[in-house]
Amino acid sequence: MPSLPDIMTPNAAELAKQDGGAGGHAPAPDADQDALVEFLLRMGDNALILGHRNSEWCGHGPQLEEDIAVSNIALDLIGQAAMWLELAGAVEGQGRSADDLAYLRDVWDFRNVKLVERPNGDFGATLMRQFLFDAFHFHQLRGLVASSDARVSEIAAKALKEVSYHLERSAGQVIALGDGTGESRGRMQAALEDQWSYALELFASDGTDRNMAEAGIAPDPAELRGLWDETVGAVMAEATLEIPDSDFAHQGGKQGTHTEHLGYILAEMQFLQRAYPGAEW
Amino acid sequence: MRPAVSTIWDWLAELPDPEIPAISLTDLGIIRDVGWQGETLVVTVTPTYSGCPATSVINLDIETHLRGKGIEDLRLERRLSPAWTTDWISDQGREKLREYGIAPPIAGTAPDGHVMARIGALGGNLAVPCPRCGATDTRRVSQFGSTPCKASWVCNACLEPFDYFKCH
Repeated sequence: MPSLPDIMTPNAAELAKQDGGAGGHAPAPDADQDALVEFLLRMGDNALILGHRNSEWCGHGPQLEEDIAVSNIALDLIGQAAMWLELAGAVEGQGRSADDLAYLRDVWDFRNVKLVERPNGDFGATLMRQFLFDAFHFHQLRGLVASSDARVSEIAAKALKEVSYHLERSAGQVIALGDGTGESRGRMQAALEDQWSYALELFASDGTDRNMAEAGIAPDPAELRGLWDETVGAVMAEATLEIPDSDFAHQGGKQGTHTEHLGYILAEMQFLQRAYPGAEW
Repeated sequence: MRPAVSTIWDWLAELPDPEIPAISLTDLGIIRDVGWQGETLVVTVTPTYSGCPATSVINLDIETHLRGKGIEDLRLERRLSPAWTTDWISDQGREKLREYGIAPPIAGTAPDGHVMARIGALGGNLAVPCPRCGATDTRRVSQFGSTPCKASWVCNACLEPFDYFKCH
């Protein structure tokens, strides 16, 4: 099976187009290419922005071991983002690399959910957000492994192994802190209530999601809710935390309407490429 | 003149992993294919972890080494599928890891999403033998470690901290 061109290959977009025409590797013929790009940006941007948020803890973790854990998770997510964005650029066919997409788009062109751009808060809040996202990410990637698009499937299979590990770690920490001291339980409960309505954006399907589901490229996120509820429910019960009784969901991130926080993230993340365009090291 | 593919494999076996120099790239199982396409030598490499910073160093090391052996027409390809697994680490590689002080991966213990079933003992149900004294009375300190592929453990018997190469 032909594989994705190496990141170092200068003409990745051209190679991807040739691949697409060769058969066996192309998405289902009725898949809308614009919707596919949109979907790939959502995958890449969720991973990129959550990875960046985690990287903010590097050197500031409450313990050395947790500092190392959160930094390694950031690294995995940013690596996954590079693969999704590379493919997004190749499908788009305008010669944009993963770096171009990460460093040279402005806020309204980002497609991540609002959950991942919110400030880190305390370490418990960072762990809670990570768990709520990991539980979704795990079930989503498991669905994507069966994608009709082999390029999507192979990235998902790679990422799933890493995300299974992330889920195990965040679930364990949520349980340890939830079922911990009065102080830690209080903070975890507050974090859960604070983030619940943002987490529910993950399941808010739109036309792009339905297009991907009909083409067999990706599972409809709305249909992952049951699996997520099961995972989250089991962990919260063990953590002695109460799941909020609300289905209100903040929305818009997936379509490019963000909270004020994303602009500050980009100001830091993109500074170097904005100040010194094309800089490499 | 084109060197034989088996010779190329021997050359690649001389290359240490940049982060764990005790084992070679071939021991690690990340070189998936070596072959000639006409006059071009194509070496296919798979990444260990998506964001592992060693990946670009590995590609550079391969290129530098093979060019040093006189290969002029060379192409490196990335292959994602099937995804790298620690099952591909050679027996020799596992032994070298242990000698180096890193406990080799225990097959069949990779996470599978059955969080509650696995989490009961918070890692305590995995018996990783200490690479220094061999005791199985060890405990996990962190699910992560100094590189993406490792976790941090400590031996309760000899009290030495050690790295465990995670099953992946």
